[in-house]
Amino acid sequence: MQLPMALSALANILTVSQLAQRVRAALDETLDEVWVVGEISNFRVPPSGHFYFSLKDARSQLAAVMFRSANQVLPFRPADGMEVIVRGRVGLYEVRGNLQLYVEAMEPRGLGSLQLALEQLKQQLAADGLFAEARKRPLPFMPRAVGIVTALNGAAIHDLLVVLCARFPAVRVVVRPVRVQGKEAPPDIVDALSDLQHLQSVDVIIVGRGGGSVEDLWAFNDERVARAIAASRVPVVSAVGHEIDITIADLVADRRAPTPTAAATMVVPNHRDLTAWLARTAEALHAGAARQLRRHREQVTAQARHLRDPRRVLKALQQRLDEISERAQRAVTAQVRWARQHWRGNAERLQALSPLAVLQRGYSITRRVDDGSVIRDATTLVAGDPLRVTFARGTARVRVEDPSAN
Amino acid sequence: MAKAKEEKRFDESMGELETLVARLEAGELPLEDALAAFETGIALVRILNQRLTDAEARIEVLTRDAEGTLRLEAMPGDAGKKE
Repeated sequence: MQLPMALSALANILTVSQLAQRVRAALDETLDEVWVVGEISNFRVPPSGHFYFSLKDARSQLAAVMFRSANQVLPFRPADGMEVIVRGRVGLYEVRGNLQLYVEAMEPRGLGSLQLALEQLKQQLAADGLFAEARKRPLPFMPRAVGIVTALNGAAIHDLLVVLCARFPAVRVVVRPVRVQGKEAPPDIVDALSDLQHLQSVDVIIVGRGGGSVEDLWAFNDERVARAIAASRVPVVSAVGHEIDITIADLVADRRAPTPTAAATMVVPNHRDLTAWLARTAEALHAGAARQLRRHREQVTAQARHLRDPRRVLKALQQRLDEISERAQRAVTAQVRWARQHWRGNAERLQALSPLAVLQRGYSITRRVDDGSVIRDATTLVAGDPLRVTFARGTARVRVEDPSAN
Repeated sequence: MAKAKEEKRFDESMGELETLVARLEAGELPLEDALAAFETGIALVRILNQRLTDAEARIEVLTRDAEGTLRLEAMPGDAGKKE
């Protein structure tokens, strides 16, 4: 059935493209800049680098695109299910004839972009194992040199040096100054870590910030800094964040210190304590050795009492000898005394019987001259016999005159 | 400056010394062992004491100059010195 000629003759008949153009123009006029909140779904990124996704709510959805030129400044990565606020314009994609939201800017709803980026980085690094307790190394007891990465004029450096020197006067410290704020900070910190590790004597590194605002922390949340700390040849102590603003550097480091003073306390021992310990221990060493020697001496002495020690046997013998000789001595003395007494008596008697004593009493000894025989019997004499007479004193030669027997 | 010889770690020497003292204080050692333990202990005490009385603090600054070469120099001023 034909339309009445009059209706179609009156209408302005457009081509599809013309209609599309009109739609586009109408959109450009009214929806040139809109802010939309919605949930991301169907998010994909082809090799071109453009983001294609749908933005939806409970009842409606719109196709969206965020071109690479706009999306590359995004600090975070969008994902399905994420609620976002976008700024863009609504356009008609004429080729396909569908509406599209051309997104210029995007923010996560509820969280700041940077915060979200930080959360995402934390998850990534955790998944890579950088925060694992198992990979945290113990700090050296007495480092040959302590490396410090910090701002040269910041508050951290002063506290660190004061405490290090007070605690361990012979400490060796190498400071590698860095920028801690701004875009140049992360690469500078990465270089500093590398530079310090070139020195073989650096056994531990402290990374400290200048103190101050939260902006100072941002460099220490950088992925490059985190990976450089994880890759360090020596243990790293992070003295960057405090309890409420822990940074990624704090999480990756081998130890986390709440303040520079705490960090200095962790990396060097207390010299005074060591000196006192050494003095006590040296004394205990001497006392222990003395105790052992005493114990040995006592053992030897105790054993000696039980053994027949040659010296003791000798002594015993000598003692016996002494006893014997003493007795012998006493016996001899007694004998001599007895003998003396006995002989004295005899001696006196002898003395009395001695010829000399007789002569002295007036008797004389008469002898024949010729044979010297002693005359006892006068009858043996003949007148004229020569005789010799011995007196107590001297002798006389005599001749018999008249012998008689009376 | 790293010492030329590989030094025994301080805390390892501390542990060794404490073990020697414990042996001398506790058990019944043969005389030669007691004397050997004492001699080794005395030597350790001397070494540790030397390490504790060695040297003064050295604080240096590491920088890269214009050509990118690393340079180590003493720290300027009295930063860190005790009042």
